[in-house]
Amino acid sequence: MQEEKKVIVPGPAGYNPQPAAFLGVDLPPPGRALLYGEEVDEEVAMREAAKAMLTRKNPTIFPGPLVLWGWNAAAMEKAKAVLELAMEIPNCRIIPMPDYRPKYPKIDPEAEINPNHPNLTILHNKIEACIFVGVHCHYANLSLRMIRAGTNCFTIALCAEMGHEDAMVSLRDQHAEEIRKFKDVLVQVREELSIKWEPKLPPENPSLPKEDWTKVTPFDFGEYAALLMPRKGEVVEESE
Amino acid sequence: MGLEYVKISPGFEKYMPRDYVDLVEFGQFGKEIDVMQMGQFKELVEEHPMCAGCYMAYFIRVFYTALPKPEDTIVLGTAGCARLALSQAAVPFIYGNYGDTNAVASGLKRALSIRFPDKEKDVVVIAGDGGLMDIGFGMTMHSWFRREKFTTIMVDNEVYGNTGGQESGMSPKGIQLKMAPTGKKFDKINAVELAQTAGCVYVARISPTNPKRIAKVIRRAILAARKFGPTFIHAYTSCNIEYSIPTREVLADARQREKKDFKFYEWMTDEVKEYLNEIEKKAKEVKS
Ligand SMILES: Cc1ncc(C[n+]2csc(CCOP(=O)(O)OP(=O)(O)O)c2C)c(N)n1
Ligand code: SF4
Ligand SMILES: [Mg+2]
Repeated sequence: MQEEKKVIVPGPAGYNPQPAAFLGVDLPPPGRALLYGEEVDEEVAMREAAKAMLTRKNPTIFPGPLVLWGWNAAAMEKAKAVLELAMEIPNCRIIPMPDYRPKYPKIDPEAEINPNHPNLTILHNKIEACIFVGVHCHYANLSLRMIRAGTNCFTIALCAEMGHEDAMVSLRDQHAEEIRKFKDVLVQVREELSIKWEPKLPPENPSLPKEDWTKVTPFDFGEYAALLMPRKGEVVEESE
Repeated sequence: MGLEYVKISPGFEKYMPRDYVDLVEFGQFGKEIDVMQMGQFKELVEEHPMCAGCYMAYFIRVFYTALPKPEDTIVLGTAGCARLALSQAAVPFIYGNYGDTNAVASGLKRALSIRFPDKEKDVVVIAGDGGLMDIGFGMTMHSWFRREKFTTIMVDNEVYGNTGGQESGMSPKGIQLKMAPTGKKFDKINAVELAQTAGCVYVARISPTNPKRIAKVIRRAILAARKFGPTFIHAYTSCNIEYSIPTREVLADARQREKKDFKFYEWMTDEVKEYLNEIEKKAKEVKS
């Protein structure tokens, strides 16, 4: 693809950039996809998306409510397919978008991404390639444009509907089966690039409690341990 | 909406933020929660950007605890302080344009009953005195005239709090506010009487001094709206900023108003009374 044909490229495009639709980007018909705002064959777009997730820094999948919540059998199957895909991407992370409510005074950018300020999560974690999947279209549109405005992240939309003009790669009609097909393409590209990787699940959400509180030792209190340990000859009362 | 929406897709439990895992495990979805258990379960609203010590924020917290079926509820709000917390709760929220809440709620409730004819879906409007009794007055009244089956809760801080202190129809006569320095020239609107006349089947006025009573009134209003028609709660939720009430005196102020113009008042039609009696009797039997 020639350089001048690329309409939608990783940003930062600057505050409030023109929406891709205003730049003449059209959503493609079934079986076709968008790559940098141009209509291409689905396979071509998939390969470019795979390359971005395999070669750019801190690849991350942002699953939305439509896959995170098991509201029907198809959603749960799609969720499974997303995890299978994540396993094949070296050092991939999963940062969820469980719903769209605003979060003030602040969100934990390592634990979640919020559609109202997605750039916070992307900049904090230095994410340079990401996949949106299972995010309702209106919020995906909002977030993808904000990400293009304020970050250098390569965005990929795995959309169950018609796709998103503001993503660098937009694949349409993506359900469990199609996501598995994308995974196969990704594995093939990974092998072509001679990247060695044993499939494994990404690390779990850092906000979840890791410690087993029943097994706390004095050392877990760090520098304060000295204050807790009875001194020689000190009498520790039952209650103090 | 529905309990399926609060079930994490298998395999993703490890990837959800802790807040959501706690909501599923220790939240109120699908459970009977008593307001006196507050502090012992994961609440539907926690962080919010309302002023420290705001009594409206407290009322909203109790409101969520009192919802009979949060997984089948949609809350509607509008411009004004309340929406700052409402939009952050773990219950679907719709922002109606200022003044439009009751028109949006009417359409929503009708659509839900067509889409889910065999399920109870609750719609609750929570908006300010300005939103419901001034700028949204026409919409509010018409939702009542038309007997729309949803609950309207007016969080009355007697001022336009969010925009810095203009007088509203609910401000008391004679009051001087930051942006109404000449003093209010007419009386506070009698919202409860209007609601009764306009066709509400359950009406209550409350100063939120007793959490158990707040929860009971909210529950009753929502249950009655499911079956019979519009219901209305007029709650005094003071604005400690615009009325300069020190935070530690907010409750004392609510108690004082309860003795004066915010005496607890509850009215319902005979059929609503019969229906609620039956439900509450059954609930008591289950408990004992
Ligand atoms: C149509 C429209 N008119 C005016 C406004 C500006 N506005 C925002 S909040 C507000 C007043 C809110 O007062 P109230 O409804 O009493 O809520 P409170 O903030 O006191 O809780 C106004 C006038 C608006 N957002 N939309
Ligand atoms: S301005 Fe008043 S009503 Fe609004 S959040 Fe602050 S204290 Fe509450
Ligand atoms: Mg007000």
